[in-house]
Amino acid sequence: MMSDGNLDLPEILTGEHFTTGNHATAEGALAVGCKFFGGYPITPSSEIAEHMALRLPRVNGHFVQFEDELASIIGILGARWGGYKSMTATSGPGYSLMVENIGLGMMTETPCVIINVQRGGPSTGLPTLVGQQDIMQTKWGAHGDFEPIVLCPSSVQECFDLAIQAFNYAEQYRLPVTVLMDEILGHMSEKLIIPDKSKIKRVNAKKPNVPPEEYLPYKPDKDLVPPMAIAGDGYNIMVTGLTHDERGYPVLDVETQEKLVRRINDKIRKNKDKIIILEEYMLDDAEIAILSFGSVARAAKGAVNRAREKGIKAGLLRLITIWPFPDERIEALANQVKTILVPEINYGQITREVERAAQGKTNVKGLFKMGTMHNPQEILSEIEKCV
Amino acid sequence: MAEEDRELIESHEHPLDGYLREGRIPHIFCPGCSLGSITNVIIEAINEAGFDPKKVSVVSGIGCTGRISGYLNYDSFHTTHGRSIPFAIGLSITDPERKVIVISGDGDLFAIGGNHFIHAARRNADITVICVNNFNYGMTGGQVGPTSYMGQVQTTAPYGFNEESFNLPHLAITCGAVYVARWTALDVRRIKDSFVEAFKKKGFSFVEVLGSCPTTFGRRNQLAEGKKILQHFADHTVLKHDADPKETKIEKNGPFIVGKFVDIEDKPTLTDNLLAIQRISQASDKKS
Ligand SMILES: Cc1ncc(C[n+]2csc(CCOP(=O)(O)OP(=O)(O)O)c2C)c(N)n1
Ligand code: SF4
Ligand SMILES: [Mg+2]
Repeated sequence: MMSDGNLDLPEILTGEHFTTGNHATAEGALAVGCKFFGGYPITPSSEIAEHMALRLPRVNGHFVQFEDELASIIGILGARWGGYKSMTATSGPGYSLMVENIGLGMMTETPCVIINVQRGGPSTGLPTLVGQQDIMQTKWGAHGDFEPIVLCPSSVQECFDLAIQAFNYAEQYRLPVTVLMDEILGHMSEKLIIPDKSKIKRVNAKKPNVPPEEYLPYKPDKDLVPPMAIAGDGYNIMVTGLTHDERGYPVLDVETQEKLVRRINDKIRKNKDKIIILEEYMLDDAEIAILSFGSVARAAKGAVNRAREKGIKAGLLRLITIWPFPDERIEALANQVKTILVPEINYGQITREVERAAQGKTNVKGLFKMGTMHNPQEILSEIEKCV
Repeated sequence: MAEEDRELIESHEHPLDGYLREGRIPHIFCPGCSLGSITNVIIEAINEAGFDPKKVSVVSGIGCTGRISGYLNYDSFHTTHGRSIPFAIGLSITDPERKVIVISGDGDLFAIGGNHFIHAARRNADITVICVNNFNYGMTGGQVGPTSYMGQVQTTAPYGFNEESFNLPHLAITCGAVYVARWTALDVRRIKDSFVEAFKKKGFSFVEVLGSCPTTFGRRNQLAEGKKILQHFADHTVLKHDADPKETKIEKNGPFIVGKFVDIEDKPTLTDNLLAIQRISQASDKKS
């Protein structure tokens, strides 16, 4: 249905499909109104670019295959200031190249979406095998302090849904939002239901409602987010990655830095409860919790089911929002369960965060793998060891 | 001093009021730097080209030259080092009527950003790129760059630079630019006319301006004042329209060959091509 070369596609493909995570992500972006994709091919994300190349021109959008990921990320920032919702897709090596300009997006408060279909790293690593090793890069990759929003799907349906959510967060809070997929999810096929157009929520960044003489492009509203005039609106905006005042003018002093950087952090911190999405499964009476995300969460859920069959009180907390991190929920969970088990395809990037949030109130145990996903049995064995 | 002269000096009005951002002057440029006069010429040329100011955007990377965009009272974008061109591409394709002008330095456009320049020219992106070539990295205190010439002394070439330098017009022409010119900062009138032509050109236009940077270039190369650099240009400049681009390489004592080297009509731009793809994809949509 969504395979290459099928040119008979309307704008929103309402209905039931059997498709891959990569194609579902692309369709989610189109459904929410993405009009520009700039990217550079890299396994295992390339099908997103390919699908956008096929689909965007038919919905009056543009696709550009840039010369590298540096151009891709800055190109989508430029397109957003021209008024097009825009995104790029990549994997670890490309994300590494993008981070400086993700920082520019944070500083200039530019809405856009970056999809990272994770593979094994470091470096060229495992191009065709799965990884969850870019968790910390999405948080700390770019220099300086900022609070990113990062979402992490676990199913093909969620790839579609979270692509929409990512654009909506990007527009509402004015920042680049990353979706952390992984190779398994990108390439596997399952059922996807695309709702009717009227059911798809589309958020657009607020526009100023004052005349140009009164407009201060970086003066926030109460929600700490400034209304956004774009090129051509007649506001003669000034956009810079230098520390700037409310006019957008560079002011290189301590006070301006403190005010600006605090605000771009606070606009996310103070809205954290609205941004954090979690799935809780059989946690009410749980004595052992598994904390999981991405593809691995599918195996984790299987393990919880098997444990329950054996009479073990296990439950699952699945992170759908990875950043901001759900510290409070994890602390509460730590007060409830004997162990939090964290299976992940890396050497403990999220485990360390869970340890921090649990504040020593429970036993936190990581279960690490490389280049492949855990199977439910492996996780179950660990659960059994914890009883 | 005559009364009327004093009035003029004390006047708070300036012919470019309204075109420069309020509250941004005084600028950061050193005495003797040509960036101030180049800023003036850019504004005059934008005016003369007759664009709707709303449809003009200026984009810069990082460097002294990159600061120009922030003084201009148009939609202006000061991006990251080397990345002004792909930002400008993203901005330009969203509106075929938008005039996007990139203004940046030699290091920004041809060292860290060189890859973007050659591909933007190849794609015929609908933007104008102005490079102020001051032969060095002014902003960071005078290191060599890809347009430094043999024998030039800079902080990172204390024994004299001994690499080949880029011949920018040649590079731009080879990569497919539809308009290519070079001037020295002294040729104010010609620069302005050339900017107007470049701005009005559909597709990738490129103008190199040889600028004076007394502070970090001149001082180390026996040209310690702005006017000495300009005099050096004046003494060694040769005007040669349509020059063979292989001849436009720069060496210490010139000749500095200036002129308009390329002016091609009607080559489809990146934006034209993207719109064509839309039509093709939508036509096949209807057929099936
Ligand atoms: C990624 C990155 N690397 C290095 C720098 C430091 N830097 C700022 S401007 C500049 C060079 C500027 O030279 P040029 O583009 O020729 O502009 P000029 O100051 O001479 O006008 C450098 C290396 C930076 N800002 N970002
Ligand atoms: S350092 Fe050179 S280029 Fe920079 S403002 Fe001073 S004179 Fe101009
Ligand atoms: Mg320079």
